[in-house]
Amino acid sequence: MSRSHHQPPHRRPVRRLASRLLTGSVLAGFLAFFVLPVLWLVLAATKTDQQLVHDNPLSFGSFHALKTNWDALTAFQDNAVMQWLGNSALYAVISLVITLGIAIPAGYALAMTEFRGRHTLLVATLVVMLMPNATLVVPLFLEINAVHLIGTMWSIILPYSFYPFGVYLTYIYFTTAVPKYLLAAARMDGCSEFCVFWHIALPLATPVIALVGFFSFVANWTNYFLPYVMLPESSQMPIQVGVGSLLSNVPSFNPAVGTLAIERPQLALATLVAVTPVLIVFLFAQRFLVSGMLAGGTKE
Amino acid sequence: MTLSHSPAGSATRRRRGASRQSRAGMAFVAAYVVLLIAFGVLPTAYAIYFAFTDAGGRVTGFANFVTTAQDFRFMDAVGHVATYLAFWLLSLVVFVVALALLLHRLASGSASKALRFLYYIPGALAGAASVLVWLFMLDPTVSPVSSLLGALGFHTFGEVIAPGNLPLLFTIIAFWTGAGGWIVVMYGALNNIPTDVMEAARIDGAGAWQTAWHVQIPMLRKWIVYMVILAFAGGAQLFVEPQLLSLASVGVAGRDYSLNQLTYDFAFQMNNINGAAAVSVELLVVSVSAAAVFVARSGFFDAD
Repeated sequence: MSRSHHQPPHRRPVRRLASRLLTGSVLAGFLAFFVLPVLWLVLAATKTDQQLVHDNPLSFGSFHALKTNWDALTAFQDNAVMQWLGNSALYAVISLVITLGIAIPAGYALAMTEFRGRHTLLVATLVVMLMPNATLVVPLFLEINAVHLIGTMWSIILPYSFYPFGVYLTYIYFTTAVPKYLLAAARMDGCSEFCVFWHIALPLATPVIALVGFFSFVANWTNYFLPYVMLPESSQMPIQVGVGSLLSNVPSFNPAVGTLAIERPQLALATLVAVTPVLIVFLFAQRFLVSGMLAGGTKE
Repeated sequence: MTLSHSPAGSATRRRRGASRQSRAGMAFVAAYVVLLIAFGVLPTAYAIYFAFTDAGGRVTGFANFVTTAQDFRFMDAVGHVATYLAFWLLSLVVFVVALALLLHRLASGSASKALRFLYYIPGALAGAASVLVWLFMLDPTVSPVSSLLGALGFHTFGEVIAPGNLPLLFTIIAFWTGAGGWIVVMYGALNNIPTDVMEAARIDGAGAWQTAWHVQIPMLRKWIVYMVILAFAGGAQLFVEPQLLSLASVGVAGRDYSLNQLTYDFAFQMNNINGAAAVSVELLVVSVSAAAVFVARSGFFDAD
């Protein structure tokens, strides 16, 4: 490849075509890999178990079958699925609010003000951010157990609310995207520190607030291990753990199941229901994510 | 700070301003510090305390580490996680960088944007959902690619999820949900390479390969390192994938496949909290020191 520019000019179009074909097929191959399973999942929810096995995998079943699956799913343990969804929403939203209320001011202060212990705090944030949080599940369980919060929603909401990645993201954003003289000018004009934060910094921080909110929501919604340990009772499970427990009631995956079985299309439907909120948030956040994931870290 | 006017007055004003700022800064971080202590520092200290003591609270040195390491499942779990990490990190670095470069070279901006978004969609199915989807994809009776599975010699679900295949299968699942986000990050980083650098490479006669290899990839290095750190830390925590698979496979995959499953087992099935803590501490030490090496060598966090 290193001699490409010595090639006679007439060979170039052929080469370019070949390289375009190669690029195109690699990109299309990965497109199929990423999208096909999602498409299959959506279609599977519209089929009966029979159709799932015998029909074309990428065919649409019927709305009737979809309705039947929905009814069977909601009938499972007296509408447990809706309860799990409600639990997930409750846990994710409360921790989102706490996370934003705590992480944004902290990241701002680390970036824009000087105080004793600032450097230590920054290093601690980095270390904790790199710490794999699933390894802390057992000690967190012991800690939460010691304060008698096991089995309450706070046993996962409070650990969720601690989000060092969000603090770091905010810190990076303010150090790179907001010039300090803007704040100094406001201080000159007699604005208090809180006023500077509220009226100057916060309006400029919208992109990073959206980003932190998005990441924290998705991370909390999809967490499995922590609620699996903290909230073992079915009535308190978030949808992730609930869907996992549905799995053990599907006979084709687990032949030991008794009469109250769940069929595969119903499991597919449950999976779809579980990810819908995240998909909706994805669509709304798309603009920020696809174009601006690095907006905080770099300048246009 | 170029706004000061009269030298004498501004010095005291600055000092007063600085202490006011300092107090405000502390107030802004106070709540975060409480959470940092409660859910970062304390559990870590708790884990270390439990790892070095026995059930009665007596200090036992490394006894818990020895006991867990001698557990017949421990070395297996270490091997599983290590194999999985090797597959996962390699595929992430190779394919994410390659795809980002290809997308970046794409002439049509809207096609590139659409593809980035479509690649990103499985990210919404992280956690249990992605495992469930792939249980279906890997079950030849319902999979849309059952002919492909058949061509590879797999005709039953049991054959597909044979223990030897698991590291690769977990890699596929993790890549499916995680790669899209990293492609977006790498693409953004490619966008930030100054145009005059790219221009200079072209004038020097560099082709696409040479530009990628000598200009773009070196400038992505920081981001690649960052990706590897987070993917390593995430991968070492492997839990939901083998756990759900063990539910679905009637024993083909055990409940003790990964290290985190083992900590769960120690803590909640065998009532050996101290042993569980020892394994947690080991995972922590490995992850954090790997991250520290990467960080020190790449200078990623030089921002301050």
